[in-house]
Parts: sequence; structure tokens; C-alpha cells
Amino acid sequence: MTDLSPAPAAPAALWCDRCGESVAAGPHPACEAARAWEPPRWCASCRRRMKVQVVPAGWSAVCVEHGERRG
Amino acid sequence: MPEILDQARERVLGNGVGLDEAGVLAVLNLPDEHLPAALQLAHEVRMRWCGPEVEVEGIVSLKTGGCPEDCHFCSQSGLFTSPVRSVWLDIPALVEAAKQTAATGATEFCIVAAVRGPDARLMKQMREGVAAIRAAVDIQVAASLGMLTQEQVDELVEMGVHRYNHNLETCRSYFPNVVTTHSWEERWETLRMVRESGMEVCCGGILGLGETVEQRAEFAAQLAELDPHEVPLNFLNPRPGTPLGDRPVVEGKDALRAIAAFRLAMPRTILRYAGGRELTLGDLGTRDGLLGGINAVIVGNYLTTLGRPANADLKLLEDLKMPVKALSATL
Repeated sequence: MTDLSPAPAAPAALWCDRCGESVAAGPHPACEAARAWEPPRWCASCRRRMKVQVVPAGWSAVCVEHGERRG
Repeated sequence: MPEILDQARERVLGNGVGLDEAGVLAVLNLPDEHLPAALQLAHEVRMRWCGPEVEVEGIVSLKTGGCPEDCHFCSQSGLFTSPVRSVWLDIPALVEAAKQTAATGATEFCIVAAVRGPDARLMKQMREGVAAIRAAVDIQVAASLGMLTQEQVDELVEMGVHRYNHNLETCRSYFPNVVTTHSWEERWETLRMVRESGMEVCCGGILGLGETVEQRAEFAAQLAELDPHEVPLNFLNPRPGTPLGDRPVVEGKDALRAIAAFRLAMPRTILRYAGGRELTLGDLGTRDGLLGGINAVIVGNYLTTLGRPANADLKLLEDLKMPVKALSATL
């Protein structure tokens, strides 16, 4: 039987994926600018450091709890 | 016209003899109004002694992070509070990265590992990876695995690695301020073994580590003495958590002065744009450097940071009417 219930929403970003600090008080403009030239390093949902692999045409970042992101 | 540029026109452009340390320093100290003339001369030198082709390369990190060395600029050192975690690339992903690189028209693919020197596990991964790439992708394979033993040099030659990168990073006099876990001389010894093996020597460094202008000139002279086939020129991209994480980026005009000066010190070398140019030079400065002595680029991403999309650089080369060096020309 097919499950037609909506997929669970991604957890809201609680942490900056560049510096790992809280974004409760708002985004980090310097980190956002730096991210143009960097992959994420921290899971925005749980603040775990992610395993990041950069390749010539992209990157992948894996959180053991929240899975993989690609860019 | 400053006297040093007149001298360089005769010595470097006319005779193909690079500037000495004092001459490089004079170029690095040129006032801003003479920078366009220095870049123009460096471009003429590049065109005369290297030709119009641009060598395109992609790089990938086979083993990221957890390095036991303390290179103060590097986010992959396990001794700093950098957020970079240790990770290994598997062989299928390595081959895929080589395919992505070859698809850009690149002739070079450099496999890099963050290590003091390779251990048996890394050499095994290299052997399998190089063989898999050579079976699937038409591209030259280079490597950068830190300091080598003679046996490891011989193994890499046997694998078919044609070029080895080992950067001196900075001049001899400033090196102890940047690295304390090994010496400049140890790096030089690896470079000596690589050269004697017949592999091409790739050796450059990073500007903006806190060195003086005099030390930049010293570095150019020491590289010229080494006479590497290729010199990758990086500009510090300050990485969070490293001892140099708060340093300012190199000012664009200083970076361009350095490009011209390094070209005038080494008229025949492949002078490659490597990391940090996006922050230091931006799009316009990237173009100025390609018209000021640079004749090679790393396309796509770097080891832990991101670069301009490959197609942006390739479009720029097309606009500048600089042909990408063909694989047949390097074999």
C-alpha cells in the first residue's frame, strides 16, 4: 500500500553551517558571504561536524543524523 | 619606464634569463602606475618563452584532514581547531572526479593527500586509483602526497604519475614561521629526488602568510634556482581555526605585482593560478593575471574550498583567445 502522507519537513536551521554557532538571533552575513566559496562544515540542524568531500565539480556533506547534502 | 623594466625587457624577454632576487624585489616595489607596464612585459615574456596555450588542471583530495603537520595556513591539520573532518575518497569517486576534470578539456589531474608523507595504505590507494583512472580517462595524472622516500618516488614513477607537486610554500627564511613540524630542507630533499626520478617537478607556494616583500623576492629566487616545470601560485585564503585564520587577504595589486615578478624570474615555467585568486583578485583581476604572466589554471573546486565554475574560466580563456593546451601536446 502506498503511503500518501507528506514527507517529514526538514528540521529548521538552528545553527550556522559555516561556523557552527547559533542563528537564533539571525543569519551571519559574513558566513553567508564566505559560503559562496566554501562547502558547509556543520549540520544546521544538530551542530554536528559533517564529513565533507570536495570534488572538482561539487561537494557532499554528510551528517550522521541528518544525512547527506550536495552542492 | 622604470629602469628595472628596461633591464627585464633585454634580459628576460630578449635572452630568456630570469631576473635575480634584487630584480624581482625591484618589480615587487614598483609603484601602482607602473604595474600595467610590468604586467604587459610579463605577458610578452610568457608569450615568447611559453606560447599562448594555457594548461588546465583539476585537483582532488584523496585523503582530507587529520594531517599531523602544523602548516599554519592549512585547515587540514589535525593540530588546529578547524572544522574540517578526516575523510577518504573511494576509487569510483576518484575516477568520476577525473572524468569531470577531463570533460573540461583539462590535461592534468592532481591527486592530493593531507599527510606528512604517504603510508602503505595511501600508496595502495594511489596504485589502485591511478590504474583505474588510466584505464578510464584520457588525462595525465599528477600527485601531491607530502614528503617521499626514494622507494615511494620510484613507486610513483612506476604507477605512471608524470608530475609531482610539493610546495615549498614560502621562502627559506620565513618557513619556520609557517611550519614547525618539518623543515624547508626536508621539502627540498623530496623535490631533489622527484627531479632525479624524471617526474616533472611542480613546486610553488602561498603569498600572504605574513612574509615581507623582501621574502617574496627571496622565494621567487629560490624557486628559480629549483627550476620547476610548474609553479602554482596561491594567495592565502584565511581558514577558520588555523593560526593564520585572521590574516587579511593579499591586496589585488600586490598579487598582480607578484605574478609579474614571478614570471620575470622564471620565464619558461608553467605559472599556475591556484587557490585564493577568487578572494584576492575577483573576476577582473583573474583576467589581468592571465594577461600578466599566468599560463595555467586550476579549474573547478580546490581541496576543501570552492573555485569558480570551470566554464567561467574556460569562457574567459576563449575571450582572451588563449587556447587550452591539448593532451597530445603534453604526451
